[in-house]
Amino acid sequence: MLFAPAILAAHVVLWHAYRGEEERALEHVVKTWNQTHPDETVDAVAVPYDAYSQKLSAAIPRGNGPDLFIAAHERIGDWRASGLIQQVPESADDDGYLPETFTPLHDGGKLFALPLAFKSLALFYRRDQLAQPPDTTDELIAFARQKRGAGKYGFAYETADFFYHAAWLHGFGGKIFDDGIPRLDSPEAIRSVEFVLALDREHLVPGDATHVLIAQLFNEGNAAMTIAGPWFTGEIAPGVDFGVARLPIVSETGKRAAPLLSIESVFLAARAASSQAALRFAHFLTGADGARIRAIEGRQTVAARAVWDDPRVKDDPILGAFYRQLPDTIATPSVPAMALIWEPVQNALRKVLRGAATPAAALHDAQARIMASIHLLPTPVSPLPYAIALGVFCLVALIYLSRRAASRLGQARKQRAAYAYLAPAAISMAILVFVPFAVGASMSLYHHQAGRFTFIGLQNFISILSLREIPITDPLSFYFTLGVTILWTVANVTLHVILGVSLALLLRNPLLKLRGVYRVLLIIPWAVPNYITALIWKGMFHRQFGAINGLLSLFGIAPVSWFSHFATSFAANLATNVWLGFPFMMVVTLGALSRIPKELEEAAALDGASAWERLRHIILPLLRPALLPSVILGAVWTFNMFNIVFLVSGGEPDGATDILVSQAYRWAFVRGSRYGYAAAYAVLIFLVLVIWSALARRLSDKEAEA
Amino acid sequence: MKAVRNALVHVVLVIASMITLYPIAWVVKMALTPSQGFSLSASPIPEHVTLANFADVLGARDGGHWLFGRQLANSLAVSLAVTAVGVVLACSAAYALSRFRFPGRETSLRAFLFSQMFPGVVTSIPLYVLLEKLGLLNHLAGLILVYSTTAIPFCVFMLKSYFDSLPRELEEAVLLDGGTRFIAFIRVVLPLSRPALAVTGLFCFLTAWNEFILAATFMNDPLSFTLPVQLQRYVGDYSTEWGHFAAGAILVSIPVMALFFALEKHLIGGLTQGSVKG
Repeated sequence: MLFAPAILAAHVVLWHAYRGEEERALEHVVKTWNQTHPDETVDAVAVPYDAYSQKLSAAIPRGNGPDLFIAAHERIGDWRASGLIQQVPESADDDGYLPETFTPLHDGGKLFALPLAFKSLALFYRRDQLAQPPDTTDELIAFARQKRGAGKYGFAYETADFFYHAAWLHGFGGKIFDDGIPRLDSPEAIRSVEFVLALDREHLVPGDATHVLIAQLFNEGNAAMTIAGPWFTGEIAPGVDFGVARLPIVSETGKRAAPLLSIESVFLAARAASSQAALRFAHFLTGADGARIRAIEGRQTVAARAVWDDPRVKDDPILGAFYRQLPDTIATPSVPAMALIWEPVQNALRKVLRGAATPAAALHDAQARIMASIHLLPTPVSPLPYAIALGVFCLVALIYLSRRAASRLGQARKQRAAYAYLAPAAISMAILVFVPFAVGASMSLYHHQAGRFTFIGLQNFISILSLREIPITDPLSFYFTLGVTILWTVANVTLHVILGVSLALLLRNPLLKLRGVYRVLLIIPWAVPNYITALIWKGMFHRQFGAINGLLSLFGIAPVSWFSHFATSFAANLATNVWLGFPFMMVVTLGALSRIPKELEEAAALDGASAWERLRHIILPLLRPALLPSVILGAVWTFNMFNIVFLVSGGEPDGATDILVSQAYRWAFVRGSRYGYAAAYAVLIFLVLVIWSALARRLSDKEAEA
Repeated sequence: MKAVRNALVHVVLVIASMITLYPIAWVVKMALTPSQGFSLSASPIPEHVTLANFADVLGARDGGHWLFGRQLANSLAVSLAVTAVGVVLACSAAYALSRFRFPGRETSLRAFLFSQMFPGVVTSIPLYVLLEKLGLLNHLAGLILVYSTTAIPFCVFMLKSYFDSLPRELEEAVLLDGGTRFIAFIRVVLPLSRPALAVTGLFCFLTAWNEFILAATFMNDPLSFTLPVQLQRYVGDYSTEWGHFAAGAILVSIPVMALFFALEKHLIGGLTQGSVKG
């Protein structure tokens, strides 16, 4: 080892979020490469999908990133502008890629990635119900009419999801961007939504259908056809004889429905340590040798043309079907503005299917929202006045504090021991909590677009608070969301306390049989990580197959479409959060109850006080001070309880059940990385809570006096 | 009359327990079901039972290393360290806030509360830069520091209110006997605070044990990931491997349940010695 040419050896780090067979195939390619290239070894690191993009944007600009990373092509524009990726030199080998998968990897005429595989939607059908898949929408509708029955469908897909709807949009001749400008309210787009609305009204497709439901319908033979991507094969139950075909031709236009195409690509990270070796490996991975392994072992629809001559790939019924769909796909636009499209259009689709708006009205509304969010560019201002204000503020604060300190120095000196006890916690909190907090808060004075931060003073706050852009009754308005958040917090904390205290009182009797068993069972929700809880409850609230509606039907109550109305959607979030939150209050109460001296109660009982009187006049007053800190903290946590709201209702309907943190998250990560705007939200959340805590302190002071 | 009331109490508790258990039964069902789909039927009883999901999760390997074992060790190391660091720092801070009246006391109390109010959406990247500057990126020590500071404020509040409720006479007796404050704190206050220490320790442990976003962001090597990061790997952009996810969720939750079980007596019991143990 000592004599090895250390300078020549390169080590390439590759990040990916693959799982299962795709991951194993990738590892096989890496192993093959490493055996023949001992000087340029590659290390593949799997990262959870949920943390992937945050990890990339944190690590790469600081030189801690990988050399290569695998991701879909949609964010090229954004990443290029943010300086996360480097240009990849064009090479003679590039002819070996299918052009549909290669051209979209350019931005401004420059190449930024090499294509691994392409993913699009296609038509999955059950062979036991359909000998021949329909080739036009008229055939499809005719078949669906004939199959329609109680809980049975000829055709099922996620009608309210724009990712699926885009196939119809293109089939009707519509475009997402026309000359670089979003065009979601074109006559073609309106026709495509009317088409889906007709399917829904005729009950040819299930309403309110989620991914999970579709898989179930398909597996049980209650849906003969569905639109899905290659990932769907993993969800089809063993024994189901299925086929994959191209999406049908839209009979009205004669054009084939064209789904969005996502190209999984390997990117060369900015500041890659071994970029030359990394590029050589990237060519190997995307080229014929690497692609063959990925296609055969990882079952990927690879971008390397040569592999499609291989009968094992070409004649594969699934891979082959996606290959035939490829000419009729439209690559997902990779301009940063694409990020602004999804949410408004999705809301429009849901509104139409719910019957709350006509296709034309809903799409015009969505288009207006998209244009407003694109044109919301604040004007840059000079930071000088702000810097002066900050300086003056610091000076005044310093003088005030030093005066105060001087007058209290003697007292402080006497209590020197106190500072020694406090210091370790205070110092670590100052560094790890308050510094990041200050940096994060200062971002609220900037506007972020495409990787550049522009100082804009208080304009983010003004636009959030002024109501100029959004009326107060709109779920996107700050005040509406604030109202929902307060309602959410009050309802949760109240129910937590009531349930927690009641159960604790029931469990208090030491002679109660099975007391320990109950106690352990009732604590369980606290022990389950809350993201798991959220995903499970979301399933239980499903309209057609959820357990909750199943239970309601036992009492003769008609199924409720939980996430279509504010009240029920809010109730679903509330039920989930109460379920996971009451054990904490119960344990706190049990702890507090155990410290109430028995004699007090016994004395009262001797005096003839009833159980209720003892509870009211002895136990509850003694509990209150013990519970108060938990209630104050619980309220703060609930106010910022992101996971539940985001994962259970996801803000439905129309973002109405979103709370302030989930709005902030959407501004930062869903509506086109408006970090400054999100930071302003975060600061406002903080201010609201500070005001609340001041009120709570008054309350607790009063309590102390009483 | 008493029997009726007792029966009523049991009815209420049984219903409450059933409501708590129902979603859990579902997770168990998905973990035991061979498919990776999401179970939608109302019955929480699995139709076909297999342990394959558990075997897959437990047996995952990464280049010759036993992934689950390594990550379990990481999770345990991080969580135990956070419990130790969090409880020690919180205890001493809470003691200062409970027993001394010093300039800055009110401000510190408020600062601890304020730290819980700033949403994490915008702090994760500044935190990343900070850990990098401290050279703690990709080190379990970095995670330990971050999680400890997350857990401290709650622990401080719990412990402070508990210390407040303890009579000062006992400490004063130690001081009169010539002992120091520190000895009074260690010998008198801490032993009396066992229930509060158990609650705060458990809270610290949970904070560290369940977190995955920061762990996935700050760690670069699968061998230094914690268990929830691996669990989250079963949740994808297009689809989730529900069977593996559920099996993983159960495996991740078992140590926590065990801890709750073991600490249960301390958690609530504490001063009610002599009563019948449940």
